[in-house]
Amino acid sequence: MNQSESPGSPQKNFDTMDVGVRAEIDRSCREVVLFWYASSVFWLVLGSVLALIASIKLHTPWFLADAAWLTFGRIRPAHLNTMIYGWASMSGVGTLLWLMARLCKIPLPWREIMIFAGIYWNVMVALGTFQILIGNGTSIEWLEFPWWISIPLGAMFAILIALTIKMLRERREKHLYVSQWYLFGATIWFPFLYIGATILIHSPAAVGVAKGTANWWFAHNVLGLWLTPIGLASAYYFIPKVLGRPIHSYYLSIIGFWTLALFYNWAGTHHLIGGPLPAWLVTVGTVGSMMMFVPVITVAVNHHLTMVGNFSKLRVSPTLRFVVFGAMSYTLVSVQGSLTALRTVNETGHFTHYTIAHAHLGVYSFYTMIAFGSMYYVMPRLVEREWISSRLIKVHFWCCGIGIAMYWVGLSVGGWMQGTWMNNPDIPFMDIVGRMIPYLWSRSIAGTLMTIGHFAFAILVWKMLRREGEWLVEPTLFISRKEAAVAAAAAASQTTTLQQGAN
Amino acid sequence: MNRISLIMAGVLATVMASLFGLVLIPDMQFEQMQPKELTVADGSTVVYPMPLDEYNEAPGKEVYRAMGCIYCHSQQVRPEGFGADIDRGWGQRRSVPRDYILQNPPYLGTMRTGPDLANIGVRQPSDEWHYLHLYDPQITSPGSVMPPFKFLYETTVGEKPDPPRGFSAIKLPDSYATEPTWIVPNQEAMNLVSYLKSLKQLFDVEDVQ
Repeated sequence: MNQSESPGSPQKNFDTMDVGVRAEIDRSCREVVLFWYASSVFWLVLGSVLALIASIKLHTPWFLADAAWLTFGRIRPAHLNTMIYGWASMSGVGTLLWLMARLCKIPLPWREIMIFAGIYWNVMVALGTFQILIGNGTSIEWLEFPWWISIPLGAMFAILIALTIKMLRERREKHLYVSQWYLFGATIWFPFLYIGATILIHSPAAVGVAKGTANWWFAHNVLGLWLTPIGLASAYYFIPKVLGRPIHSYYLSIIGFWTLALFYNWAGTHHLIGGPLPAWLVTVGTVGSMMMFVPVITVAVNHHLTMVGNFSKLRVSPTLRFVVFGAMSYTLVSVQGSLTALRTVNETGHFTHYTIAHAHLGVYSFYTMIAFGSMYYVMPRLVEREWISSRLIKVHFWCCGIGIAMYWVGLSVGGWMQGTWMNNPDIPFMDIVGRMIPYLWSRSIAGTLMTIGHFAFAILVWKMLRREGEWLVEPTLFISRKEAAVAAAAAASQTTTLQQGAN
Repeated sequence: MNRISLIMAGVLATVMASLFGLVLIPDMQFEQMQPKELTVADGSTVVYPMPLDEYNEAPGKEVYRAMGCIYCHSQQVRPEGFGADIDRGWGQRRSVPRDYILQNPPYLGTMRTGPDLANIGVRQPSDEWHYLHLYDPQITSPGSVMPPFKFLYETTVGEKPDPPRGFSAIKLPDSYATEPTWIVPNQEAMNLVSYLKSLKQLFDVEDVQ
């Protein structure tokens, strides 16, 4: 297995890192990472409430309709921005800092600065959300914060880039693990995209439809080159870590990284197929989307071959279960995304809830589930306490898992029907509006489930921060170690029997 | 692959390439486009596209933005044979880049919970229809899921109010209100309706391109 590698040490087993060093690194991360994590959970809960309000408004339009700040056209972007810049970005930065410290094998430097950066980030996201609610949102999807919020937000990344470079330079492990490339890439990509797109949209640097392509160049890449690399970096770290075996192939992970970097950012214009664009521009977007099969299949194969023979561990480890759920969703969402870029699929799916379902498969089913899994692993090591309740973790997993499945199925089917009906001019538009109501209700029910899951998670995190769990007894797993040992012994004896039978 | 500078260079190069390919190069193409002088059927000439008037329509576009209309309405007509936009009467032709050269930014939209609005000014030229529809969409379009925008109006029950100059009072239909009820749109509502009425993608594609 000389091609394989595992986080932190390429050719050796994981546990070569001294337990003392690891504890020192975790302690150095404690306040900073916990601050970013705790803030992200606050935004997650707030974003969920905004999401539910927006969802209900789509089938019950008079719900909370008496004030301008509560109108659908403001609550919906407020939901998106709190989720992307509050929840997803802040949990991502938390995981990024911890992974970098662990993989570079050095304590986290600049701790006070990163706490200050966290406070600054929270203030800006709060201010931006407030601006959307009072009517100063830009109505440019994914870029709704006014420019005087998004530029300072992007500028904060100067610190993060400098910090990442410093850590990589001072690292004690010469070999760079694949997670480090993804994380390093993400810290550079995000501010480039965010500041670049803000300038293009708010200055005369681009005119007319070019502002539209700038919009989708950004909006597609904020998932592809910011959240996706963090999600993949986490999956690349936690899957082998929990299993105690190296990632299947080093070369596949290199190919996966560079093909993602090359192709993902060309795919954005597939959101404008059929729109008022030169034909070549749409073709480029479609080609970029098709080429995405390369990194996606590469990553899927690599993760799958690492998991093979270990699927039973999904019954035991919350981290593994959330992360693998996310990693599998990555394959699904990417394949769906590539297919959506085909003109025939796009003709029906575009302008409908099908796209909304697809976006949630990416940001939620893939990214968010991996972020949950990462936090289940990292937080106990920072706080030096275990999660207080295995049952609450189960509630969290099943509510979110079933919730997002229901969400995706309901809106994908509904959206596809919506597109089919819209492309048939014999069906009056108002009939379509009426026929969509049951699907929109299914989204509200699914969203309620997910919100319940998020509250369960918030309780767990709250108790964790208050150090209410036990420590140094045994980790909180879905089934206790004793049960797991009994089950493993039973499985082992079964295998022996089978082998004996075969002999 | 252990060189940080190499990864950084690669990472920047890839994203710069797409910035040029997807935004800056097409932008050069659009920058060259200017409003065009066209001869219409009766022999007179018009300039297309025209900028929004700065007193009503341009502030109206700001209301469209602030209320987040784009989350349910697109402003782009897809070509014949791709969807049924033209058959639905959302436009007489597909939308082309020149339609948007004066719109910074254009509100192309990606969602059609409600119908496309690229030509709503052609389809619904009536002020009264727009005011009633915005006040409560159920009045003009029963079963709609569009939110009511009653907060953009003053409401009076009983006698017809005497609104300030430039503002008009509209009577709600008897089927909607049990007592005689009058609504007076505020400045924002008036601007928004002016903007909606200005949305027209006229002339043939060949003329416009």
